[in-house]
Order: sequence, then structure tokens, then C-alpha cells
Amino acid sequence: MNQTSLSNAFYQLFRRDLLLAFRHRAEAANPPLFFVLVITLFALGLGAESQLLKSMAPGVIWVAALLAAVLSLDSIFRSDFEDGSLEQFLITEHPLAILVLSKVAAHWLITGVPLLLVAPLLGVLLGLPSGAMATLMITLALGTPVLSLIGAIAVALTVGLRRGGVILSLLVLPLYVPVLIFATSAVETSTAGIPVVGQLSMLAAFLAGAITLAPPAVAAALRVSMN
Amino acid sequence: MIRYLHQLGSAPRFYSFSTSLLPWLSAACIVLLLAGLYGGLVMAPTDYQQGDSYRIIYIHVPSAWMSLFIYMVMAAAGVVGLVWHIKLAEIISISSAPIGAAFAFLALVTGSLWGKPMWGAWWVWDARLTSELLLLFLYLGVIALYGAIEDKRNASRAAAILALVGVVNIPIIHYSVEWWNTLHQGPTVTKFDAPSIHVSMLVPLLLMALAFKLYYAIAVLLRARCELLVRERNSAWAAELVTERVKGKS
Repeated sequence: MNQTSLSNAFYQLFRRDLLLAFRHRAEAANPPLFFVLVITLFALGLGAESQLLKSMAPGVIWVAALLAAVLSLDSIFRSDFEDGSLEQFLITEHPLAILVLSKVAAHWLITGVPLLLVAPLLGVLLGLPSGAMATLMITLALGTPVLSLIGAIAVALTVGLRRGGVILSLLVLPLYVPVLIFATSAVETSTAGIPVVGQLSMLAAFLAGAITLAPPAVAAALRVSMN
Repeated sequence: MIRYLHQLGSAPRFYSFSTSLLPWLSAACIVLLLAGLYGGLVMAPTDYQQGDSYRIIYIHVPSAWMSLFIYMVMAAAGVVGLVWHIKLAEIISISSAPIGAAFAFLALVTGSLWGKPMWGAWWVWDARLTSELLLLFLYLGVIALYGAIEDKRNASRAAAILALVGVVNIPIIHYSVEWWNTLHQGPTVTKFDAPSIHVSMLVPLLLMALAFKLYYAIAVLLRARCELLVRERNSAWAAELVTERVKGKS
């Protein structure tokens, strides 16, 4: 049996997931599309009053991003679970937490980064001032990986269930509250032109905490689910 | 000591032990509850600002304490179950969840009833109310996950992991919500210097808190016994117990 190094395994898994996503390009368009649609619905539901939209923009954009992230979560382990490769990950000689990290990173690149790319467009639609746009991008860049990491725990717990979708959102949304609070507060304060280093540092701290703590939890949850 | 605990972990031992424990717990709980209610509703003086309506504190505050305490118990028992594969700990952990959810709900309802005359609204997006609401959601998530997984041993492991994730998150959620918005009165009991609540009001409150703790112990034991019988329905001791019961009745 030829052994692969851990970093090679990490890279190969990462590459495989990106390749799979590339072969199913149409699916990758869904989360950002959903994101745009929710924002449109909010504008239609709240009325076209630009002042109101502007004041609600940070919260609305972030809630929509949260929902888009939750909807795309299920795909992290779903196909691997169905074709049995998840079991193979469990019995490799490599630590499962590292492999999980690789999968989550690939997942974020596929579903999180597109949200980041369409966010400025949505900011324009809702009349977010250009000064706040950069903050919005930074909060999304720091926040969406946290959403993917925390979400991966809940996905790992529900992957064996046939109808895991509603339970997944019930498990995951309360855990997303801190990210939502600090991200929207950062965008709101920067609309007023006040420095937002504090909130961004908190988001960065969440990211650091999630990268270190979430993968072992995901690994433990996967072992329970595959039992 | 460890050996004693280990023996207690076996199902029949736990069952007979809890049978002898329950009457004592119930008696102590009723005495404390009556004393606390009498002290709180009759003996304690009327508040100079809030009048008599503050008396709901004797239900509201112990419920809120219990909702947090039970979450900790649930997570701790979950860890024990995960690490040492002790069946009983898994059962205690998952049996705690609905009780904790009920206390969280009770704290929210009494808080809402209290808030109407004090703040003029049934619900405000105040930090502590919001984090209590999120705690309720965390409980409901654990219960839903447990209910959704067919194999109950796997289900209790999954629920334990979720409870652990919740424990890491509760302080983060609590402080971020606190930072987000606060209107609630500050803590009046747990300050390190002299509590800003008068002794005649404090004593019944602590009695009520103790009574609630005992109530939880009773409720969790009853639920755990029931769950234990269901899971061990194929074992000899459970069959023996049931035949004994049936004989006793006929």
C-alpha cells in the first residue's frame, strides 16, 4: 500500500471536490441566485422607499447570506455519504479532522465566495453607501467561512437522516447569531463613518476559533453518524 | 467511591436506587416549595417601585437559573456518555433536554408577564430575553435531533455532541447578544459585594431555587427510569421487574 502524506491527502481531497463542483457548474450558481432573489423579495415586500431600504440593508443582506449558506450546507457531505466515500475517509490513516477541514474549505470556495462576489451588486440595489461596501465585503469574507465550519458540524450530525433539511436549519441558525450580530453591526457603523476595527476583530476571532474547534467536532459527529 | 459510582451506572442498580431515593426527594421538594412560596408571596415585603408584581421573580428567576443549569448537566452527562460509553449518562443527558426546554419556556413566559406592567410590552428585544430564547432553540434542536435519529444510542451520542457545541457557543451567544442590546435590570443576586436585594426577599428566592433543583432531580429520575426500561426491555431484570409489578397488582 503506498502511503500519501497528510498534506498531499489534504490537497487531493480539495482538488477532487473542486473538480466535482466544476463538473456540476450549474449547481454552483444556485446559492448566489437565491441570495439575489431573497434581497429582491425584501425590496418588494418592504416597498421601494430608498431610506428604509438603506437603513435595513446590512441586516437584510446578512440574513439572506445566512439563509443561502444554510441551504447550500447539505451538499458538503451528501454525495460522499451516498456513494460511500465518506466511509473511506473514516478509515484512512489520516486524521479525519484535517480531511474535514479540506472539504469545508472547498465547500466554502464553491458556495461562499460566489456570495461574496454578488454582494456589492446587492449593496448597490439597496443603496448601501460606497464606504460601507468594503466593510460588507470584509465581514462576508470573514463570516461565511465561520458559517461553513459551524454548519459542517450540524450537517455531519444529520447526514444519515433522510429528511435532515428542516432539522439542519433548526440546529444551525441559533449558532449563527454571534456572526450575524457582529457583521451587521460592523456594516451599520461603517455607514455612519465610524471605524469598525472592533467588530472585525471579533469576526476574525470567531473564524480562528471555528477553524480550530469545528473540525474535531465534525469528525466526532461523522463517526457517530456513520456508526 | 469510583467503584460505588460504577455500580450505580448499571441499570438494575440505578433503578432500585432511584426507587428508594424518589420519596425523599419528593418530600424535600414539597417542603421547600411550600416554604419558598409562603416566604415569597406572604412574608416578603412589597417592593417600593414594582408593587406586588415583582413577586413573579420567585418563579421567573429560578426557572431561568434552572434552564442554564440543566443545559450544563445535559452537556456534562453527554460528555461522560461519549467518553466512557456509559448508557446511564446518555439517558440522563437526553432526559434532561425536555425539562430544560420547559424551564426555558417558563422563564420566557413569566418574563413576558412581568415585562408587560414593568416595561409596557409583552416582548422587547432585550439581551437576556433574546439569549434565553436562543437557549430554548438550542434545547429544541437537541430534542429534534434526538427524535429524528432512529437508533437511540446513536441518537443520544449525536445529541450529546450538539449539546457540547452549544456549551461552547452559549457564552459567545450570550455576550454578543448582551453587547447588541440591553434593557434588562442588572443581576441583583450574584454580585460579589452585598446583593442589592433585601434578605427577606432573597431567602424565599433561594428556597425556591433549591425546590426547583429538587424538582428537576425528581423529573429527570422519572424520565430516565422510563427511558431505561424502554431501552432494556429485552433484558432479564426489566422482565423480572414487570412480572413483579403485575403480581403485586393481581
